[in-house]
Amino acid sequence: MIPKAFAYERAHSVAEAVDLLQQAGGAAKLLAGGHSLLPLMKLRLSAPAKLIDISRLDELRGVSVVGERLFVGALTTHHQVATHPLVCQHLPVLAEAAAQIGDPQVRNRGTVGGNLAHADAASDLPAVALALEAQLHVQSPAGDEVFAAEDFFLGPLVTALPEYGVLRAVSFALPPSGARSCYSKFPHPASGYAVVGVAAVVAVGARGTVEFARVAVTGAADVPYRARAVEAVLLGQPPQPEVLRAAAGHAADDGAIAGDAFASEAYRRHLCAVMTERALRRACGLADAAAGA
Amino acid sequence: MAQVFGAAVKRREDPRLITGRGRYTEDVQLPGMLYAAILRSPHAHARLVQVDTAAAAAAPGVVAVFTGRDLAGKMGTIPTAWLPPDSDIKATAHPALAVDKVRYVGDGVAMVVAENRYAARDALDLIRVEYEVLPAVTEQEAALQPGAPLVHDDAPGNVAFRWRAGNATDEVFTQAEVVVRQRFRQQRLIPNPMEPRAAVADYNASTGELTLWLTSQNPHIHRLLLAGILGLPEHKLRVVAVDVGGGFGAKIACYPDEALVGFAAMQLGRPVKWSEDRREHFLATTHGRDMVLDVELAGRRDGTITAIRVRNTANLGAYLSTAAPGVPTILFGLIVPGPYQIPYAAVEVTGVFTHTTPTDAYRGAGRPEATYLLERMVDLFARTIGQDPVAVRRKNLIPADAFPYHTAMGLQYDSGNYQQALDKALAMAGYADFREEQARLRQQGRYLGVGVTTYVEICGLGPSQVAGAVGFQGGLWESATVRVHPTGKVTVFTGTSPHGQGEETTFAQIVAAKFGIPVEDIEIVHGDTHRIAMGWGTYGSRTTPVGGSALAVAADRVVEKARAIAAHMLEAAAEDIEFAEGQFTVKGAPGRKASFQEVALQAYLAWNLPAGMEPALEGSAFYDPVNFVYPFGTHVCIVEVLPDTGEVKLLRYIAVDDPGPVINPMIAEGQVHGGVVQGIGQALWEGAQYDDQGQLVTGTFMDYALPKAHFFPNLETAFTETPSPHNPLGVKGIGETGTIAATPTVVNAVLDALAPFGVREIDMPLTPERVWRAIQSGRDSA
Ligand SMILES: Cc1cc2nc3c(=O)[nH]c(=O)nc-3n(C[C@H](O)[C@H](O)[C@H](O)COP(=O)(O)OP(=O)(O)OC[C@H]3O[C@@H](n4cnc5c(N)ncnc54)[C@H](O)[C@@H]3O)c2cc1C
Repeated sequence: MIPKAFAYERAHSVAEAVDLLQQAGGAAKLLAGGHSLLPLMKLRLSAPAKLIDISRLDELRGVSVVGERLFVGALTTHHQVATHPLVCQHLPVLAEAAAQIGDPQVRNRGTVGGNLAHADAASDLPAVALALEAQLHVQSPAGDEVFAAEDFFLGPLVTALPEYGVLRAVSFALPPSGARSCYSKFPHPASGYAVVGVAAVVAVGARGTVEFARVAVTGAADVPYRARAVEAVLLGQPPQPEVLRAAAGHAADDGAIAGDAFASEAYRRHLCAVMTERALRRACGLADAAAGA
Repeated sequence: MAQVFGAAVKRREDPRLITGRGRYTEDVQLPGMLYAAILRSPHAHARLVQVDTAAAAAAPGVVAVFTGRDLAGKMGTIPTAWLPPDSDIKATAHPALAVDKVRYVGDGVAMVVAENRYAARDALDLIRVEYEVLPAVTEQEAALQPGAPLVHDDAPGNVAFRWRAGNATDEVFTQAEVVVRQRFRQQRLIPNPMEPRAAVADYNASTGELTLWLTSQNPHIHRLLLAGILGLPEHKLRVVAVDVGGGFGAKIACYPDEALVGFAAMQLGRPVKWSEDRREHFLATTHGRDMVLDVELAGRRDGTITAIRVRNTANLGAYLSTAAPGVPTILFGLIVPGPYQIPYAAVEVTGVFTHTTPTDAYRGAGRPEATYLLERMVDLFARTIGQDPVAVRRKNLIPADAFPYHTAMGLQYDSGNYQQALDKALAMAGYADFREEQARLRQQGRYLGVGVTTYVEICGLGPSQVAGAVGFQGGLWESATVRVHPTGKVTVFTGTSPHGQGEETTFAQIVAAKFGIPVEDIEIVHGDTHRIAMGWGTYGSRTTPVGGSALAVAADRVVEKARAIAAHMLEAAAEDIEFAEGQFTVKGAPGRKASFQEVALQAYLAWNLPAGMEPALEGSAFYDPVNFVYPFGTHVCIVEVLPDTGEVKLLRYIAVDDPGPVINPMIAEGQVHGGVVQGIGQALWEGAQYDDQGQLVTGTFMDYALPKAHFFPNLETAFTETPSPHNPLGVKGIGETGTIAATPTVVNAVLDALAPFGVREIDMPLTPERVWRAIQSGRDSA
């Protein structure tokens, strides 16, 4: 598993990285944690002429809360996200998802920015990004741009990231106070990626009905999607088991569900409903449904 | 000194191996070494119209490029080494590189040798091959259909061989009270030891000697076969396999690649290294299992099993690998009646060529497949007659007083107490209580199940006469030399070739116990044909029963000579000398004594030895076992199936194994753990899949689910110890019991959990989707 020969250069600033990308005219790729890019190169499915290493750019690291949003620098590792006090306090669903990525080595090398920019259809973080109405903050030759998560993921390994763009940070909307959440994942036994992963954030108002619901699904379709049909059923309803089940039944409505050798389309659709129900129940503080009920 | 035989001595090899100081083939670095890379066919079946190597040969750093045509007349083809008797086996030619046709995705087309591995790899992309793609067939029953694409023109109908054995007739089945029929599919598995294959070859033109470092489970077999392939006199070929990172059977075979590395080193006069990458491992290292089994079991309503017969359609892949023909025949067929008193049994095997990676031995080799079908059938039979599966097993198990026991397949089981192992495992599991718990939870919509396997397996094959009789083209005895040095330190040379199992420790324990010296005083040497006279290697759980027994005999010879020297030193008759804890003493005169070390020194000084005795202290044995040995045991698994997703949760796993006297319980337990997780891997996760074009769609760890530690609960293990009368240590073998017992245990547990849905069969691996679908169809038909 030897990649094709490539040149290597380390960038000392985001601006320099953008310049280097532009100079290479499409033949270069950014290198962050390397945990998605290098496997592809070793299989010779990707053969960039040059790698531009951004992994030491401290300006791209860190977590902060600014106003109603939590910012995560693109180079922040999955482990840092999973254990960061601000993340655990404000966005436990993000910590929960990050903690389920790969294994400790992967979580210590892999970065949030790399995960989102790579846009594997079975990655965990895109579901959270959609559910928390994330914005992706990009620097490119055209200047700084912000993309809504829902406009960012276009297809498997395809994003709206502009040519020569560097993802600087991702910011997540803080849900209303009292909201509860869950990331529920059905991992593939081989890769550990999500066969179906569901991020759910729910807030129940004073009247005892759902006032806020954000649900997003990864793994099931060739692009992660926001499950608006589920949200629509929930809103205004009491978070009772039948309601959650009925809502979860719509979990596949908003995606172009696809099958593969491990899980057929029909089974994936079914999993969407089951994993969504599990996520909603936990987000609503109900115990796991009795199996078979 | 504390008892060393039976003690949980820590593995002496581990500090070296886990701190990166092992010496694997990949660690061998030689001055001027070149690197090889092999171009592999992307097509399952194609005619080679043209292989243009000009651009690759001209690339910077490339030293040579070889194609199949370049080898003609210079290098032999790759042989198979197991020719089952009374079969019409067709040993079709297996060229080291394809000449006219490629026959599976991964078949070698060309080899590049370059100054470094990067240049070698890059040059592969410069070889232009024109393929005329032909239709391929990957599944064995499809390959037997009239008009199926032919793998070899000289194997009509893609039949490699047919073989049958046993005494069960149609009559037995037509007259039976109950007949249960079922078809099982033993899916194809990919072994994946941690260390992939590798080879380094170094040719000395002045002596005409070739040294080959290999990832080998059996260096002497590799020497024998490779000497023939390379046209080298056997004494001019040295095969070395020092540290080998697991094999599971996949490093038994003699592959084209390693032969090519030797060939290139001889042609080019420089050392050559080749290492398989993981992707190549998936494609070009032998796979395991892949059988379609049609089974009939006959019995009576009272639970007595009267007959079993099996039709096995075995997928051998594109070529006959080294031991492949023996796996679905001898190693599978002979053990089909298992641990039960079944008077009639019969097996009929068709070995089939397909356009897939060759299959060969994989941990258990034939015995897991046989045990799987038998244990599944016993459960189905119990269900059919409305009895508890454990009761049916108990009724049919061979009783402890019936040994030696002659089976319907002609084997003579050595010793056993199957009921004891069963009782112990059921007690550990709390079987009776579990059944109540299960019934209670079902009321709540929770589906728990239990699987119980009682198994017996064959290992430690021998004597060599039997090897001949079953068509194995080798001997099955083993060699050992125990060399005591003047200071009483000991070097042991064994013809077995451990590759992770821990014999550097357990073999030292055998000798330490014999001599009453510390384990630290003993070095175990293996895996080098120049240092070890001869040997047949490590596979089939033979290392301890056969190699360990050779060692015990050799050590006893040392003790006898030492006793004579001690008697002479102490001026007593040899019969009056007692030897314990490293001291020779005179009976009745405890003050008169000589230590093992003192005797060793005298043996070498030879100033005053008994008249006519030769100097030095060394014992050798070429030990041929009197018969096979038969480990047995009971495994129990408790699972919960989540009906909404079809997920299987492993709640408990209990293994009670009887390998005879346990030399080192910690190592034995480690072997059980490894085997059990691999066996469960087959039940729940692993399975190679080909598409219609013959592409391996499970060709990376992203798609092929190798079990991971967090998939498992703590495994609960225990042993019973019933010595075998077939060898001096009484030991049986523990390396494969896990893969043999675990697979049916887990599948039976899942099917037990799904009994309320009427589910009778699910193909392995029991993926969540398959389980979920089985539940759905059970619900629909309910
Ligand atoms: C064994 C293993 C298991 C894994 N399991 C999971 C899992 O369960 N769930 C999951 O979600 N992921 C999983 N991953 C993927 C892991 O999360 C990766 O780390 C992550 O997807 C990519 O991050 P990286 O920093 O390694 O990116 P890299 O591999 O360095 O880069 C990936 C791609 O993104 C681009 N890129 C990187 N950073 C930026 C940036 N700041 N701006 C623009 N483009 C950028 C690169 O050019 C490249 O094209 C696994 C990976 C491995 C190796």
